[in-house]
Amino acid sequence: MNFVTPDFMPAMPEIFLLTIVCAILIIDLFLKDESRGATYMLSLIALAATAILSFTGYSQETVTTFNDSFILDPMASILKVAICVVVMGVFIYAKDYLIDRNIYKGEYFILGLFGVMGMMVMVSAGNFLTVYLGLELLSLSMYAMIAMQRDSAIASEAAMKYFILGAIASGMLLYGMSMVYGVTGSLDLANLNKAVSTADRIVMSFGLVFIILGIAFKLGAVPFHMWMPDVYQGSPTSVTLYISSAPKIAAFAMMYRLLVDGLTDMHADWQMILIILSVLSMALGNIIAIAQTNLKRMFAYSTIAHVGFIVMGVLTGTQAGYGASMFYAIVYAIMSVGGFGMIALLSRAGFEADNIDDFKGLNQKSPWFAFIMMAILFSMAGVPPFLGFWAKISVLQEAVNSGLVWLAIVGVVTSVIGAFYYLRVVKVIYFDKPMDNTPIKASMDIRMALSINGVAILALGLYPTALIALCINTFS
Amino acid sequence: MFENYSDSQVYLAIVLAPLIGSILAGVFNAYISRAVAHTVTIAGVAISFVLALFVFKYFAFDGAPTYNETVYTWLVSDGIHFEIGFMVDNLTSMMLVVVSFVSLMVHLYTIGYMHDDPGYKRFFSYISLFTFSMYMLVMSNNFLQLFFGWEAVGLVSYLLIGFYYKKESAIFANLKAFLVNRVGDFGFILGIAGILMLFNTLDYAEVFAAANSKAGATIELIPGTQWSMITVICLLLFVGAMGKSAQVPLHVWLPDSMEGPTPISALIHAATMVTAGIFMVTRMTPLFELSETALSFILVIGAITALFMGFLGIIQNDIKRVVAYSTLSQLGYMTVALGASAYSAAVFHLMTHAFFKALLFLAAGSVIIGMHHIQDIRKMGGLKKYMPITYWTSLIGTLALIGFPGLSGFFSKDSIIEAVRLSHLPGATFAYYAVLAGVFVTALYSLRLFFIVFHGEERMDHHTKEHLKESPWVVTVPLVLLAIPSVIIGGLTISSVLYGDYFNGVVFVEEAHNVLGHLKKEFHGPMGMVLHGITATPFILMLAGIAVAWLLYMKNPSVPGKIKQSFSLIYNIMDNKYGFDAFNEKVIAGGTRGIGHLLSKVGDLLIIDGIIVNGSAKTVAWVSGIIRHMQTGYLYHYAFAMILGMIALLVIVVY
Repeated sequence: MNFVTPDFMPAMPEIFLLTIVCAILIIDLFLKDESRGATYMLSLIALAATAILSFTGYSQETVTTFNDSFILDPMASILKVAICVVVMGVFIYAKDYLIDRNIYKGEYFILGLFGVMGMMVMVSAGNFLTVYLGLELLSLSMYAMIAMQRDSAIASEAAMKYFILGAIASGMLLYGMSMVYGVTGSLDLANLNKAVSTADRIVMSFGLVFIILGIAFKLGAVPFHMWMPDVYQGSPTSVTLYISSAPKIAAFAMMYRLLVDGLTDMHADWQMILIILSVLSMALGNIIAIAQTNLKRMFAYSTIAHVGFIVMGVLTGTQAGYGASMFYAIVYAIMSVGGFGMIALLSRAGFEADNIDDFKGLNQKSPWFAFIMMAILFSMAGVPPFLGFWAKISVLQEAVNSGLVWLAIVGVVTSVIGAFYYLRVVKVIYFDKPMDNTPIKASMDIRMALSINGVAILALGLYPTALIALCINTFS
Repeated sequence: MFENYSDSQVYLAIVLAPLIGSILAGVFNAYISRAVAHTVTIAGVAISFVLALFVFKYFAFDGAPTYNETVYTWLVSDGIHFEIGFMVDNLTSMMLVVVSFVSLMVHLYTIGYMHDDPGYKRFFSYISLFTFSMYMLVMSNNFLQLFFGWEAVGLVSYLLIGFYYKKESAIFANLKAFLVNRVGDFGFILGIAGILMLFNTLDYAEVFAAANSKAGATIELIPGTQWSMITVICLLLFVGAMGKSAQVPLHVWLPDSMEGPTPISALIHAATMVTAGIFMVTRMTPLFELSETALSFILVIGAITALFMGFLGIIQNDIKRVVAYSTLSQLGYMTVALGASAYSAAVFHLMTHAFFKALLFLAAGSVIIGMHHIQDIRKMGGLKKYMPITYWTSLIGTLALIGFPGLSGFFSKDSIIEAVRLSHLPGATFAYYAVLAGVFVTALYSLRLFFIVFHGEERMDHHTKEHLKESPWVVTVPLVLLAIPSVIIGGLTISSVLYGDYFNGVVFVEEAHNVLGHLKKEFHGPMGMVLHGITATPFILMLAGIAVAWLLYMKNPSVPGKIKQSFSLIYNIMDNKYGFDAFNEKVIAGGTRGIGHLLSKVGDLLIIDGIIVNGSAKTVAWVSGIIRHMQTGYLYHYAFAMILGMIALLVIVVY
């Protein structure tokens, strides 16, 4: 048996990240609590370096390695950069929150970095096993992160729910994969496609449904969304920040790898399923969000609605549709991290700032951050010229181009319904009186990062062409 | 015109000088004194007056060719240019002189009339703005700018009628003027739309050049019937003129507009703005000449206005209202002239009327100042001895108005009557007798007013009488300055304006309608016309009117009361102004309010707000409230939902 040394270069960012995370793990062991800042800084540096490595690895060529189980294509590079940047934002926003609650431990960062590692593997997966490997690496990290605040009953409950439901979903996903493997005899996504036409249709359909269930759970599409509101609300905001943002990018990648790379020939089948998921997600997410008074819960439902849009782009089955979805996923992650970042900013020891009422009169306390929050909310609602508008319009455009006009109409109508609960928060910020007069206390890095985040939402909204073109070109 | 300045700079200066004055007096209202306010506005108008004189000389005496240039292109859309531009020719230059002269007189007069008013600076700002708007209207070279000027003068008119904005009747009057003018302007803008549709341009010159070739165009307004497009356009444009120039039945706003201060009654509601309709039709002769239907319509409307509004002047007791009804009647004369294709006569009367009617209004204002703002003529009498200058200038104005031979009103009014006599359009006979009878009526109400105010018993109370004195020089000087053209301008200019070549190339008249061309053969100079006038029917009717007025209001002042009782039915009809106001108030305003109320209650509140907007919002909130309970918090429910979802998807995919 000949052992051919695989080409390590395409996996350079992952290898680098793994190495440095292990190093940070060791270093953190020897750090005193008061010098925990070193772990924080090292984590940021690690992410920045990984992002740069991913960026320099960008090329229009598709490279595979490790016996085709690892793919490096333009989409992988871009998404990895996006994931790293978003998680950097997560870490920055989380820092003060963690300090205030006495959970400013190295584990948060290390688990977070391992999660990033998992996401990157998912993004580059070329094989059922790599997809599963990445997914589990991410999921296990997140279960642990949620449960980190051990004395909080609500966090433990959230972790428990997430873990059990996640296990079910993982089991289903594995089951589906095994069925597909059974009839095609291949775990390799690229080979899978060739085998689809000759395989048994019933088994393939079963396999497809189970696989989609796994994806939908990760994304949080209705009816596999039940975990999201509870987990978002139950988790410490520092962790909600994490689970609500970057993993959705990875989930999009997983959906793309499995359905498009692996099962393109079953497009007609999965399109039908995804349409159902998309419509249900947009409708249910937006409608239930209206009844929420807890901001984290509201964002959870809003995420479900956004997921409906991400799914809508993919289900068109066109290159441009994938590009639009990818754009949407990245934009969503930027907006979401900003939104939860605001909650983290306003919170302090003993005060979570996660109710809509807690944002009353924010404009009087801090006009600048009121403006940032307004930009984020307007963007989520899809108000031009903010970034979210372009994300929505590009997905809707592709749906229309694919002849799914009615689906686009559903998207627009539900977005209008959704605009209500976003605007309600804006109204509270600008027109209501503050509940108390406690000034906002936050360190410089979170202020800076949030400002950049908000301004980026506006600036990228004013000049969206470059980012859109980048995403669209990825698939052509 | 001037060596160092291009013509367009001169025209811009004319337009902008009063605008700058208006802005200074209006925007910086709080920062400037009253003296500064009236100085800048009067300076602005004076500059434009002087320049207007030069422009007039340039066209009337130097024979300059028509100026037609675009100053500024606002936008180009689908090949249609929306521009600001000037078209200046003999008609425009004459209008410029009339407008600027009357405006200047009114500005001066205002210093005296508004002396004690807290809104002094605001008033100056408004009248200068009006002057600017009127210039824009008369100097326009396209329909868009015409419409701008049209609306701008309407706006200022609205602001000035409601100048005493704390007075209920003034607010009612300006709302009424606004609404009635909406009706007219609606027709006007539809007419402009028709022009755009037919000619695909808004430029005068292009429209006029293409008018003949489009004469046969038709439009199907009601399915199955073809209407001449030109007729439709002309009628719509004339509806606009009816609103602005207060022709029956859109005249109702003008008497009420007397709620405004007297100077603007003179400037806007007598001399200039209300003649915009006359000017517009004259400007559009290449279009109107193509439609005999429209001309007939104009003729009849004008005749009705001329006669029946004159009747109402006889029974009014408010000094300004008498003059207002007289204005309506005179506008009717001008409109009749338009209908008879005697456009030059219409504009000629417009000019002479501007001078003597402004004079009469300002004289009325002078009386009002003397009487300490009492306007009821029943409380006046014998003012001759207290206010000699006002008396003599009023006499000149009155004689000019009734067409006393030799004065300017005689030349213009007699020309109109003669022109109508020669017209062969349907309705011309009716119009002829209406304007002829109008002479008698005019003499009657004018002299009635004159006798009651200046002669006879002194009916004012003791206190008023003690303070009765002649008005200050800022009031009397404009009176004298206006009295001069009221006497001489008619005889001086009739030869060239009416029968000369002054309007050659400006006014187009079809050979078949050319009544003035026929009249020209009978015209032997102003003196000849005066000599002929003394023996003609109108003169006899006028003398009859004077005699009746003298008999009724000087000799036997008790007779009018008896007549009133014997003919109470007719009196009541006239006292109710033929029921136009009541009709508008009850049927139109009431009906509109009713429909509005219905639409508001049913359409808006119930269907749109209630069912569609709030209803859907409530439904969503209700649904939301229900399904949020699906989120029970129990783990096994969640897992169950996942399994159910999976089964459902399996079923869908497999089948």
